[in-house]
Amino acid sequence: MRNLTQQALESARRAGATYADIRIIENRQEFLSVKKGNVDTVSSGRSHGFGLRVIADGAWGFASSSRLEAAEIDRVADLAVRIARASALTKKTEVRLAPVEAVDDRWNSNPKIDPFAVKTEEKLGFLLDVDKRLKGSPEIRVTQAQIQALGEKKIFASTEGSYIEQQLTQTGGAIYAYAAAEGEVQLRSYPALFGGDFALKGYEHIEELDFLTEAERVGREAGQLVKAEQCPSGRRDLIISGSHLALQLHESCGHPIELDRVLGTEAGLVGKSFLTLDKFRSGYRYGSEAVSIFADSTIPGANGSLGYDDEGVPAQRTQIVDCGEFVGYLTSRETAPAIGQTSNGAMMANGWDQIPLVRMTNVCLEPGDWTLDEMIKDTKDGLLLDLSTSYSIDDRRYNFQFSTEVAWEIKDGSITRMLKNPTYTSVTPEFWGSCDAVAGKDEWKVWGIPNCGKGEPMQPIRVGHGTAPARFRQVKVGVGKW
Amino acid sequence: MVGRERAIELLERVLRLTEADQVEGTMRTRENYLTRYANNAIHQNIAQSDATLQIKAVLGKKVGIATTNSLEDEDLARAAAQAVATAKLQKDNPQFVSLAQPTPIAEAKTYYEETAGLTPEDRARLVLDICRQADQAGLEAAGAVSSSINELAIANSLGVRAYAPITSSGVTAVIMSPTGSGFAEASSRNAADLNATAVGEEAIARCQANQSPIDFDPSEMEVILSHYAVAELLGYLNYMGFGALPFQEGRSFMAGKLSQKVMDEKLTIWDDGLDPAGAPMPFDFEGVGKQKVVIIDKGVANAVVYDSFTAHREPGKRSTGHSNGRFSASAMNLFIASGTATEQEMIAQTKRGIYVTRFHYIRPIHPARTIITGMTRDGAFLVEDGRITSPVKNLRFTQSIVEAFSHVDLVGKETRLLGEFALSRVPMLKLARFNFTGKTAH
Repeated sequence: MRNLTQQALESARRAGATYADIRIIENRQEFLSVKKGNVDTVSSGRSHGFGLRVIADGAWGFASSSRLEAAEIDRVADLAVRIARASALTKKTEVRLAPVEAVDDRWNSNPKIDPFAVKTEEKLGFLLDVDKRLKGSPEIRVTQAQIQALGEKKIFASTEGSYIEQQLTQTGGAIYAYAAAEGEVQLRSYPALFGGDFALKGYEHIEELDFLTEAERVGREAGQLVKAEQCPSGRRDLIISGSHLALQLHESCGHPIELDRVLGTEAGLVGKSFLTLDKFRSGYRYGSEAVSIFADSTIPGANGSLGYDDEGVPAQRTQIVDCGEFVGYLTSRETAPAIGQTSNGAMMANGWDQIPLVRMTNVCLEPGDWTLDEMIKDTKDGLLLDLSTSYSIDDRRYNFQFSTEVAWEIKDGSITRMLKNPTYTSVTPEFWGSCDAVAGKDEWKVWGIPNCGKGEPMQPIRVGHGTAPARFRQVKVGVGKW
Repeated sequence: MVGRERAIELLERVLRLTEADQVEGTMRTRENYLTRYANNAIHQNIAQSDATLQIKAVLGKKVGIATTNSLEDEDLARAAAQAVATAKLQKDNPQFVSLAQPTPIAEAKTYYEETAGLTPEDRARLVLDICRQADQAGLEAAGAVSSSINELAIANSLGVRAYAPITSSGVTAVIMSPTGSGFAEASSRNAADLNATAVGEEAIARCQANQSPIDFDPSEMEVILSHYAVAELLGYLNYMGFGALPFQEGRSFMAGKLSQKVMDEKLTIWDDGLDPAGAPMPFDFEGVGKQKVVIIDKGVANAVVYDSFTAHREPGKRSTGHSNGRFSASAMNLFIASGTATEQEMIAQTKRGIYVTRFHYIRPIHPARTIITGMTRDGAFLVEDGRITSPVKNLRFTQSIVEAFSHVDLVGKETRLLGEFALSRVPMLKLARFNFTGKTAH
């Protein structure tokens, strides 16, 4: 492969590129799903190809192809440079990249159990057993259990001399129970939205999720939820589970700290960020003293971990919020100079045919020193919310509204009843400013989202969020009539 | 491009690679070009080229699927063997009856040389047109120009043979100042239809009208929805309710409501993959010819769309040609019947309401009841006593689409071809009430 990367880089240089990098990627995926006691989907796929990113005439070009052949490499290199020159017709400034040290290295996420080596019959048998246990109440109408495995072999090489091979294995899964009664339909699921909880691990992650035990609870709670009262509106203290807090953190912190978004490059699609450059290290209060947030792509097994990003920048940790003060962005080689820094290694692309963008790695809320039990006992009038169902946030990541599958009402320090259709709304700094308790390390876990969306064409990508249950004071709950 | 003859020949070779009871091969090729711009300059500019082949092998009531993006003989054979091996591992799926039977496929123009011939320089010039307008107005432009050439070919062992070359193109523009923004968009199978100048002018005019919006307390009130906003709501209504699978599983608002009035009688909604006024596509992802399906007929729930899998689950049903390739069906060429009102008439007949340019980040909250939330974006305007009085800061809404569509005051005369998941031809709508539930700072 080294020869092919050299051919591509040389070809791009000959065509006029002043910088080029190539990624050659081979992907493999398997998706298994059972539904209502039957095998629903068994699919597997492979995809390979290469993408060549160039700078010519001071502007970016990118071209890709699934045919990794000498003639095609030359065609793609010429096309990438032609595209860059077309980009230059509109340029205001020359593209400049922060320096990065050239490396020659290999990195492997080292799964304990290769998920593709586990027999498909065994995996389907397991899912069918889980599916049976989801029928835990007479109101259950649809049950579903699914697991997914993804493997990626990736080579990165650049005209600056880097050559990096990475091998990554990712697994995840979820279970669902839909209950219906009296014209109402409710879903209870585990462990997270978006096809479940994912990790940069092998099949051992599926075993750790313990679906067989959780399925009985999920089925039982779905039956209870469909008969539960509607969550009333008003201002309430919220205790948010780690699973849902991961999505809250994702939408209201992870996306607004992407420096390319801050600089306007996503404005044509989903918008910009309220965390503008004037707020960077200027004492801007993102949250309360209890809120410290970091991005760390070195956490072993975490879904957003990596050896090197897609510009060859090594994995690292960056502080984002320090005791409530906003102090850091996720950056790339092109964007980091805007804040006087070099890249902190957050450029990722979804596959060989996409260009890298600034993406979340593992954006995590630092654990506090409470326990969930202590928070509940300390809450006079509140709700304990679990498992995301809906999420919507404005085009600067400021005003948001989230919904969860279930709320448990808390009165005078005890859980009293289950409520359905909870929603809450706030604005980001006010919400994180109301955080007064975060659970400790024992209840802290990195949750893996497999399909964070960004860019055009949409690039779903793996990210992770370390969270523990946390409490937020006097948040607006409910949106009027249902 | 592979072309019809070679595509079908390759698929027929694939069908012979297995001894499964039934086999289906689907080949897709794509050449996608996307030129994104921001801060009045191109910042991302890409070309993608790929070909994928999916093999579906059926053994009795077991179905195995394998996909590869290599069309080499050895890789095709491996994928075919993988599909059969996968099928063998399964238990019978009693709901699976058969792959699709051959149906007549009508002619539809899906391919335009004008789109296929668009060069990187052509796309850059379209961007430049918008950026120059923005520069001259002292505004900031962001958006994208796209063009694509795809091929879809499907063959199965029951005799289905379908092939179409498909072109698509589009221009979007978000125009911004420090105190407001505007938006415009155009899409067509034929890039010659794209008028970047007009898109830029519309977005700039909307931005200039939407300066220094006032703070406005949300409530339930009248609403005028532009074409963009209507297309977005229709897309989500389709996603949550027009397919047979959620209908059969009781998750669709149409479930148990056929022949009943579910929304205002001024609304008729249908799907027609053959109408050249839409973005035509003559067959679905099983190679079944598209049929026109009237989904809502003057407010009455009339029908949902089917693929062969969901059709086999109901006695007497046949596929309507709406397979989305995932054992379920989706409408992909929607139309809302136009009315007689102009935009000015809608404004003139509004006592107190909000004019919405478009929505942002819509998400379902309760799919069975079609309750969604989202924000307004790029221009929300207060309408009082028949005239626009001020732009307002963006508002959050939480609303059942079906309920909103049950109180239609006026339907627009002019329709436009727009959409997020699939292109739909829609008019503007004026609704008697819409539930705004929050606000933001800009």
